[in-house]
Amino acid sequence: MPITTVFTAEIKKISILDEHANFDEKLGDGLIPNEDLLKLYEAMVACRHLDEVAFRLQRSGRMGTYPQNMGQEATSLGAAYVLRKDDWMVTCYRENCGLFWRGVPMEAILLHWMGDERGNAMPKPHWVTPIYVPLGTQMLHAAGLTLAAKYRGIDRIACTFFGDGAASEGDFHEACNFASNLEIPVVFVCQNNFWAISTPSKINSAAPTFAQRGISYGMPCVQVDGNDIFATVYAMKQAMEYTRKHGKPYFIEMVTYRLADHTTADDAKRYREDAEVESWRRKDPIIRLNAHLKNLRIWDDDKEVALKEKVALDIAAAVARAENITPPERTDAFDNMYAETPADLALQRDTRHTHSLGQDPSQLPIEAQERAAQMDAAAFAAHAAH
Amino acid sequence: MANITLVQAINLALIQEMERNDSIVLLGEDIGVNGGVFRVTEGLQKRFGGARVFDTPLAESGIIGLSIGMAMGGLHPVPEIQFEGFLGPAYDQICSHAARMRSRTRGAFTVPMTIRIPVGGGIHAPELHSDSPEAIYAHTPGLKVVMPSSPYDAKGLLTSCLREPDPVLFFEPKRIYRAIREEVPEDEYTLPLGVARTVCEGSDLTIVSWGASVVQCMQAIEKSEQSIELIDLRTIYPFDMDAVATSVKKTGRCVVVHEAPLTCGFGSEIAARIMERCFLELEAPVQRVAGYDTTMPYYKMELDYLPDSYRVQRAIEDCLAY
Repeated sequence: MPITTVFTAEIKKISILDEHANFDEKLGDGLIPNEDLLKLYEAMVACRHLDEVAFRLQRSGRMGTYPQNMGQEATSLGAAYVLRKDDWMVTCYRENCGLFWRGVPMEAILLHWMGDERGNAMPKPHWVTPIYVPLGTQMLHAAGLTLAAKYRGIDRIACTFFGDGAASEGDFHEACNFASNLEIPVVFVCQNNFWAISTPSKINSAAPTFAQRGISYGMPCVQVDGNDIFATVYAMKQAMEYTRKHGKPYFIEMVTYRLADHTTADDAKRYREDAEVESWRRKDPIIRLNAHLKNLRIWDDDKEVALKEKVALDIAAAVARAENITPPERTDAFDNMYAETPADLALQRDTRHTHSLGQDPSQLPIEAQERAAQMDAAAFAAHAAH
Repeated sequence: MANITLVQAINLALIQEMERNDSIVLLGEDIGVNGGVFRVTEGLQKRFGGARVFDTPLAESGIIGLSIGMAMGGLHPVPEIQFEGFLGPAYDQICSHAARMRSRTRGAFTVPMTIRIPVGGGIHAPELHSDSPEAIYAHTPGLKVVMPSSPYDAKGLLTSCLREPDPVLFFEPKRIYRAIREEVPEDEYTLPLGVARTVCEGSDLTIVSWGASVVQCMQAIEKSEQSIELIDLRTIYPFDMDAVATSVKKTGRCVVVHEAPLTCGFGSEIAARIMERCFLELEAPVQRVAGYDTTMPYYKMELDYLPDSYRVQRAIEDCLAY
């Protein structure tokens, strides 16, 4: 027997509530109580509305570049719903719905995209890390955070999100390899939304699934319909049970679609067909859950109107909080570099408007000191007016 | 007191701090059973167990990325990068994440981490095993950069690093890992970061150096008949400009010596600061003795590249004759 089979594998796909609102009762019954289902629906509607508001804020010059989440709400929400409160959620930047579910205030996300670092000062009790902008680096941090808990004997896992594009980064592979070999319980969630800006997922993988990447690292892997909240919850429950029991990682590919442009700075019409986008609009996670709730007779159009009114008010309040935050201190950038600001850096901070950086302000003539103070005030006023 | 090498001094500092603080965890390539390729972590896995001293897959970005997460999760990881030439893959994690985490989260997350890295040339190593990249990291806000030049300093500085709340790159000059021995107290002590050491006092000229080059400077000073002051920077960032300026104001002349390439080496920063702070006291332009702006040569020619006492001596003479 010179040739033997040493390994075979297969990838399962989970779908419970399909795009026509057909519901697989065998898998889905009892998975999510109706009461929770309503809350999950409301969370998705709120997240979608925030997306629309954020888009308008950007277009009217009130916010910088913003990546819309539209169409992908059920992915991170399913995971967040299943995770324990003190499990880590380590995300990229298209997981707003899951972050809000964990209690991250909407204004934190708005502030981040409004160019204010204070949006990243997420309160510890949410057990989330700040938004990560460079692709694929955060999965290693998820592994480290979980390893720190393991070292202390704390029962805590992490769930980390990344896209089909980030799955090409070296750090993705290193994180999978480290988590497997060092036995760290991390759930890796690949949001395959088919587009990394203009790069189609086939350029990021020639294989039929992203899920199978987990196989080479010895992980259980599964593919789910990422626009199906039942499927994402189902897969996450399995993943959580496995990681907790075995102290090892798990891989989920959530197949979804980026209905909007990559960011407000992108124009997806340049590289993808309208027909493709339209076909995915019909697979929208909110539309099918709405239909399912109506089938269950726990939702109707009146409730929908009331929900949208409430959501609009909540989000308007969040926008107001984000926009009315006190201006950042101009010394914040200096004072947050180190626990203790080095003397040299403190001098740069205190003399930033003198002509010779580093000059001791007490050595400046009084007029120059006053001029520097005025420049501070003028620069800030100009910034605020802009 | 014990008469020990730099390798032993680092090993001792690690033992003492690990006994004092159970948040300290060591990780890297070959650091466990093997004790590191330079044996710096010898015996530590046996002493502290596999959960505190462990071998990782061979992936530097992974080592640093994992360590960042561990630090955010409340530990003080001490990753070893086996040679400074292998820092490249980890550059993104160090500069895009470790250095920025405190600033971008306004202190909600911090990265207390000490990255240990053997550095520099002079041991006939293969390519990419002999560089001096300290200026790259000193140029990255949010990091601290330390390079000891003696066993005593190594122990005291590393102990401080292991108590730091921010990420530190602790460069260990491999040329003097075992080349010098020194009396080192067995009791714990710290040397503050950002404070230079005046190796010897003098009145005619100031030499500023760090790492293994300090040894070459001492040889040059021994051969010189002039009164030369030698300042070992010890910490590249934050650096002790007060010590340098005080000395240069006294002597009026300065030579900066380092192994790293000349252009944008940290000597450039020192020279610029001397211009700002000592212009009126200067008797001569600041001289720099550095590696050349070439790729670090293979070892047949490495001694031609590295600043030696002869080149330092010639710079001293030029500076004094100006």
